[in-house]
Amino acid sequence: MAACGTLKRMKPTAADFKANARVALDDPQLQRALSGLPTGLVAQRTAAKAALPEFEAFRNIGRDVKNHMLANLDLYLERYEAQATANGAVVHWAETASDACEIIAKICRDVDAKLVTKGKSMVSEEIGLNDHLEAEGLRVVETDLGEYLVQIRKEHPSHIIVPALHLTEQQVEAEFREKHTHLPKDRPLPDPASMVAEARAIMRQNYIDADVGITGANFLIAETGSTVIVTNEGNGDLTQSLARVHIVITSIEKVVATLEDVAPLLRLLARSATGQDISNYVTFSTGPKRAADPDGPEQYHVVILDNGRSDMLGSEVRDVLRCIRCGACMNHCPVYGAIGGHAYGWVYPGPIGAVLTPAQLGVKSGRHLPGASTFCGSCASVCPVKIPLPDLMRKWREAEFRQGHQTFLAKAGLRTWAGLAKRPWAYHLAARFAALTLGALGRGRGGFRSLPFAGGWTKHRDLPAPQGRTFQQLWAEQQKGLAPDV
Amino acid sequence: MSDTRSMNGQSAGPGPGARDRILANVRKALDVPGGRADPREAVVDLRIAERRRHLLPARATLPSADLRAQFASYLIRGKASVIDVADLAGVPLAIAEYLRSQNLPLTLRMGDDPRLRDLPWNTVSAMTVKLGRAEPATDTVTLSYAVAAAAETGTLVLASGPDNPVSLSFLPDTHLVVLEAAMLVGAYEEAFDLVRKTLGDRVMPRTLNFISGPSRTADIGGIPVMGAHGPIHLAVFVIG
Repeated sequence: MAACGTLKRMKPTAADFKANARVALDDPQLQRALSGLPTGLVAQRTAAKAALPEFEAFRNIGRDVKNHMLANLDLYLERYEAQATANGAVVHWAETASDACEIIAKICRDVDAKLVTKGKSMVSEEIGLNDHLEAEGLRVVETDLGEYLVQIRKEHPSHIIVPALHLTEQQVEAEFREKHTHLPKDRPLPDPASMVAEARAIMRQNYIDADVGITGANFLIAETGSTVIVTNEGNGDLTQSLARVHIVITSIEKVVATLEDVAPLLRLLARSATGQDISNYVTFSTGPKRAADPDGPEQYHVVILDNGRSDMLGSEVRDVLRCIRCGACMNHCPVYGAIGGHAYGWVYPGPIGAVLTPAQLGVKSGRHLPGASTFCGSCASVCPVKIPLPDLMRKWREAEFRQGHQTFLAKAGLRTWAGLAKRPWAYHLAARFAALTLGALGRGRGGFRSLPFAGGWTKHRDLPAPQGRTFQQLWAEQQKGLAPDV
Repeated sequence: MSDTRSMNGQSAGPGPGARDRILANVRKALDVPGGRADPREAVVDLRIAERRRHLLPARATLPSADLRAQFASYLIRGKASVIDVADLAGVPLAIAEYLRSQNLPLTLRMGDDPRLRDLPWNTVSAMTVKLGRAEPATDTVTLSYAVAAAAETGTLVLASGPDNPVSLSFLPDTHLVVLEAAMLVGAYEEAFDLVRKTLGDRVMPRTLNFISGPSRTADIGGIPVMGAHGPIHLAVFVIG
């Protein structure tokens, strides 16, 4: 692990996925918070997609645009750097998480910073930036409301665009009463609006007092040398415009060629993420404030992180680098919907995390995540840039098998299965035997409430008893025209 | 598939070599030689020079009257106010009327934009107009001039500078924006072209801001609330 700082908040627990998931399933608050997904983000995306007849065409365009950028990534990065530098940006390159943290810490030291405000950035979570800066004696304040909630609870985001998705309104109220001790204990906080107003008032002074404002970037534009952020709250803009120094922390795969290439991606991003036609604020930042500007930062730094991405580019999971971080895959995932984001145990949860985590933490630590899938395909069907997420998860499963990280039982089971599947006569025989015996045993009740070796299944639902003949038998009969109605 | 290693591997640390090592690793992954003889160089330069448009959605290519109606309806759906004004000279009166309707004092802050500064502010006797960047706490109402707008989503485009300081768009409780109808186009791509025409090719202000409504959040229990960190109210005055 090369993430920097003391890692109080973001110690990876992906290897403990099974235990994490069990805890999540038994957490009533979490289950209540997750229950809003189908009627919330999922329904909103469906409506936004329906209102744009060209949505499917834009998915193909989005895929092709990102593929072109990845195929020419070195050249677009060079051109972005040249144009950004010409406009007054200082561009830094970081191979690893700790390098990125050290670059940012040095910029802060050089301007003698005390207070750092930060807009929402998943890359900053990935590198463990807050812990690193705090260890340097800086005060770091998350300005996105969801990130702020997660920060004061000493947690990490459970969703890439809705960081506090795992919290209910009641939990937020309790948290505010506990942490905002400068306010009267018995003040009314009847609804989210009153809590938002409280956070707004607290955050105002931070924007003004901040020495350094850090944001992420959704896109880098080679044509203009700009970084782009997308927000609804306006926190990213106050963060970058009121501080003396603006630092952008981003990663190599975010570069696109032109404003024309960004336009279709913007049409996809908000619709896929929150079901908005466009996020409230889309901001293109280029260089520091100009000589005549009365506001804006005096310095503008862009830190471009690799952290394993150039290796992914040459691997079987290259397609994952198309990701524009909308979160649609997790919103639509039945596994994410059941356990939330924390159980995944690393920065990126859901299907996108199941592909990224083994790449970032290694196959051994991340091996459970590609398996935590029903392979229903929802993630791929909603992905705005058509990443074949189930296929990529399958690649990791194969790698896990090749590297021998599975349990003895799983290996033995797979070997038995393979042995049968390669010998159709043996497979048919085994299937017929199982269908006959289970059918005979279960005839009375039509199903089984418990079965040896199948406790994982029967704990949550009955196993129906086979109805006599096997699929192969039925199929053969149908082909002969004996059972046309099967 | 081999494990990707960079995250666990040793780096030579931040510094001048990092850039070249990252780009070299990208080239290795892409299996390309690099250098000026690389045929991709011309492809990439052409793409940046051409700035070829992809598909424009049908909703961005309507007749101009329909674009204007759609622009207003999307902004209103996004909880902004849209007020039609016959000409620029009518803006001070229209603003005064809006501020009174909101029970707000007739005081506003704006940048040094001649298109706004030279309006007949004396037609509203009680109006106080201050020039410059927004000051926290004291400036509750600000006024900006939009360089363009895109009707496909009801989106204003503002360019920062001494004429329209960026703090005006984010610090106040109430943000007022003047948009001349001639600057209203259908698609984002057309708005980008208007910006290029106004500022120059490959020239960007410190910030180019797309704004599609007042600030909002749904971070508490998924319930939408207006006025998260930026303006609580946005009023757009469409001229002509």
